[in-house]
Amino acid sequence: MQAETQSDALPIDEPVTVAAGGPDVLLAGEREACATADRINSSVELRIRRQDYPTSAPYWQSFRLKARPGANIVSLLMDLREHCVTANGEPVDPVAFEHNCMEEVCGACAMLINGMPRPACSALIADLETPIRLEPLPKFPVVRDLMVDRSQLFDNLKRVKAWLRIDGAWDNHERAPRVSPQDWAAQYLFSRCMSCGCCLAACPEFDLGKAFVGPASLAQVRLMNAQPTGRYDKAERLHAIMGDGGLSDCGNAQNCVRVCPKEIPLTSAIGELGRQTTLQALKDLFGGG
Amino acid sequence: MKGADTGRQVIVIGGGLGGLWATLAIAEAGHRVMLFSLFEVMRSHSACAQGGINAVLDMKGQHDSVQQHIIDTIKGGSYLANQPPIQSMCEDAPGLIRTFERMGVTFSRTPEGLLDQRLFGGVKHKRTCFAGASTGQQLLYGVDQQVRRLETEGRVEKQEWWEFLSLVKDADGVCRGIVAMDLRSLEVRAFRADAVVLATGGLGQLYAPKTTCSTNSTGAAASRVYQQGARFANAEFFQFHPTAMLGEDKTRLMTEAARGEGGRIWVPKDPNDRREPLRIPESERFYFLEDWYPTYGNTVPRDIASRAIWKVTRELGLGVGAVGKQGAGERGAGERGAGQRGAEESSAGESRDRVYLDLTHLDRGFVSTRLGAILSIYRKFAGQDPLETPMEIFPAAHYAMGGLWVDYEKDAATSGMKPGSPRNHATSIPGLYACGECDYAYHGANRLGANSLLSASYSGRVAGEAVASYLSGIEQGADAAPAALFAAETARQRAINRSLTEASGDQNPFCLHRELGELMTTKVGVVRDNAELDAALSGLRELEQRFERLVLGESSRWANQSLAHARQVLDMVRLAQVIAASARARDECRGAHFKPAFDLAIPAGKFPGDPEFEAYRERWKSNNAEWLKTTLAEYQPEGPRIGFEPVDLGLLAPEQPRDYR
Repeated sequence: MQAETQSDALPIDEPVTVAAGGPDVLLAGEREACATADRINSSVELRIRRQDYPTSAPYWQSFRLKARPGANIVSLLMDLREHCVTANGEPVDPVAFEHNCMEEVCGACAMLINGMPRPACSALIADLETPIRLEPLPKFPVVRDLMVDRSQLFDNLKRVKAWLRIDGAWDNHERAPRVSPQDWAAQYLFSRCMSCGCCLAACPEFDLGKAFVGPASLAQVRLMNAQPTGRYDKAERLHAIMGDGGLSDCGNAQNCVRVCPKEIPLTSAIGELGRQTTLQALKDLFGGG
Repeated sequence: MKGADTGRQVIVIGGGLGGLWATLAIAEAGHRVMLFSLFEVMRSHSACAQGGINAVLDMKGQHDSVQQHIIDTIKGGSYLANQPPIQSMCEDAPGLIRTFERMGVTFSRTPEGLLDQRLFGGVKHKRTCFAGASTGQQLLYGVDQQVRRLETEGRVEKQEWWEFLSLVKDADGVCRGIVAMDLRSLEVRAFRADAVVLATGGLGQLYAPKTTCSTNSTGAAASRVYQQGARFANAEFFQFHPTAMLGEDKTRLMTEAARGEGGRIWVPKDPNDRREPLRIPESERFYFLEDWYPTYGNTVPRDIASRAIWKVTRELGLGVGAVGKQGAGERGAGERGAGQRGAEESSAGESRDRVYLDLTHLDRGFVSTRLGAILSIYRKFAGQDPLETPMEIFPAAHYAMGGLWVDYEKDAATSGMKPGSPRNHATSIPGLYACGECDYAYHGANRLGANSLLSASYSGRVAGEAVASYLSGIEQGADAAPAALFAAETARQRAINRSLTEASGDQNPFCLHRELGELMTTKVGVVRDNAELDAALSGLRELEQRFERLVLGESSRWANQSLAHARQVLDMVRLAQVIAASARARDECRGAHFKPAFDLAIPAGKFPGDPEFEAYRERWKSNNAEWLKTTLAEYQPEGPRIGFEPVDLGLLAPEQPRDYR
């Protein structure tokens, strides 16, 4: 996991740790009806930054639970739902979190794990330093616990017009133009972006209240502008990223490309867009654009 | 095109491929769409589809034809699906691909820059368009982007983070809207709609955790409309995908394209052979699919591949799965180790349940380009590289062929579906349509690989067009429906929430879900038996009763996930009863529904013309006379009432038994 090696690259708040109880605390309260107990492996401590409401103060809770073979953060949080008791033996509400595909393709479960933004489903417990710190993905408003509101991300896709303009979703009996295998290979890298938000969480320039659209949306501009018919609206997309909050707000920290779980070459996209916007500015100035 | 403010109001529930296609078709017809989803629509389970989408483009010099696609689909489904919808779907598939291409979907390319196609199961032609091994994700994003564009034009309004709870029907039984719950504020309220489209996907979570399905593929929404009177068809036909990597939390799909591109399935001939797989010479490997089905080999249809793997591991005791192979965490679990090989232990521990899916003999660059997405999943979750060592796989719950019963209008001129008919994809509740995996229409008793992205997309568009026709025929919209209807249904749903929130029993909803998955996996799985099914039905009734002793274990009034999940699990248990009861009612083997007690079994080594085969063909035909019919389930409080209706076989009469040898 590339992300683990960089766990010091990003500033995080120091967790206010609740004193951890021994493993016996959890075992004493474990529900017999659940079939997890007989397949348990090692005991893991989770320290989770919780928040009850969008406007309430966050607080930390520790949990100690058994990790089954091959367990990941999502599977641990799922186990925790069945019997949610803190390391101090206090029964509490289950931790709210998002998950869906559990194979790193839907983007739902991104969170901060030991300070790194990454999908929780592919964060295997065996590869993580313990105690494991879980926090909601930064830069986005917290909904509850580890759930955040990523609607900004989708608003930004609207802002940069990340689509191809087609006459309608019907068959007009025409094929789209050909795409060379080389162009396809480059485009496919960007079309695998699952809008998880990790790159935005890691970006020093992206934040609520700041205008920067962020690397994910910029990469989609790169993708759409390279499509044979997407080129028709290239100028419009470039104009959308040439003003406030556009491309020039990128500070070149390169955090985005380091945390992207899909290894999308985000900084290359930003570099290419730099050249495209420069040309566009010249066209705008001298006409013919 | 009419402006967005002149059309009628439609609700689409579900934002996967089916729901998004329906949304596009309805909005383009000039109606307003409110799109409900449990989460941001681009996270829908369509994104998990890997291998491809079928359409006859005949790009490979193999003389492929639409007619052959129709025949393959009909026979792949053991003749159980009505044939007019299959015909129309296969005919329209190339046009759908062209449309996806215009949306900018990154389909993989030939050296000439044209759409590449590859082989899939149950067919002889390279017919499957693909985008690496993440085709579903790419198709989903294509339509997601188009819907986002319509959103900015005010023609579509998304209601993400809302859960559908129930329909609002008027005195005539016509659907006039829905009641839904905001998953954050927990507000329950009604929404009026002139038509409703359900596109809520599959139900693999009934088999959790041994399913390839996402955690939101619960089938709860389909169960809810079933409980409100919509008929449910062919529920017993549920596909187990032969090649999933086992995991404690989920079984992750390894696409059929792995075999389509040349991957081979095998086990060591000697059950005591404990060598590393690549140290086992060719002559000591048992390529059982190639051996048993020389014509189709590794690309037999999924029901057949899954049963073959079942036989090899559970009956012949040849399964593999050495300790230290699967999952990074499992590397430390050495104490379960050596000496457990052999038939006796194989039934005891699931570590003996696997077979090899081998890509190591293929060109590494080729495999990386065409299957990169699954290589990445296997590396991340199993800690091993499929380019270096064979994958270990086993069948897992994957896809519901059955679903909500939907109508169609047959076009006498073409023998396909009549385009634009308001009957197409209409459920048995007027004003309610269903499309995608939650309907039952195209796959009969077994779905062919890469036909699901096709049926999801196609049926979404057809349902959308049908809704537009339906709306042009109605005189009064939902605005005219009395407010009391909506108030009453809202009050009923709020009362359910209240009773769940206040429940003070001892049954945890997440534990009940786990028990449901275990029950379904062990009793309503790949191989079925009437005594087991009876036990399943009584077990499910007992599970349902235990909801009376529920405790949520969560008191929050904000984004309470236990509340939403408890409601889902109860509806899942009721849907599981439909599956078990439908399976109990069908005493035969057909496609994915396999009851050994009723197996007709093709005589070994005998082929058409041989007397033994012809005698088999007669047995097969008389069995069809009794059982070639659609199963229909109707909700009754005491349990599903099962009936049947005939299948339209107008295109291809069942003369040829399925035979992939």
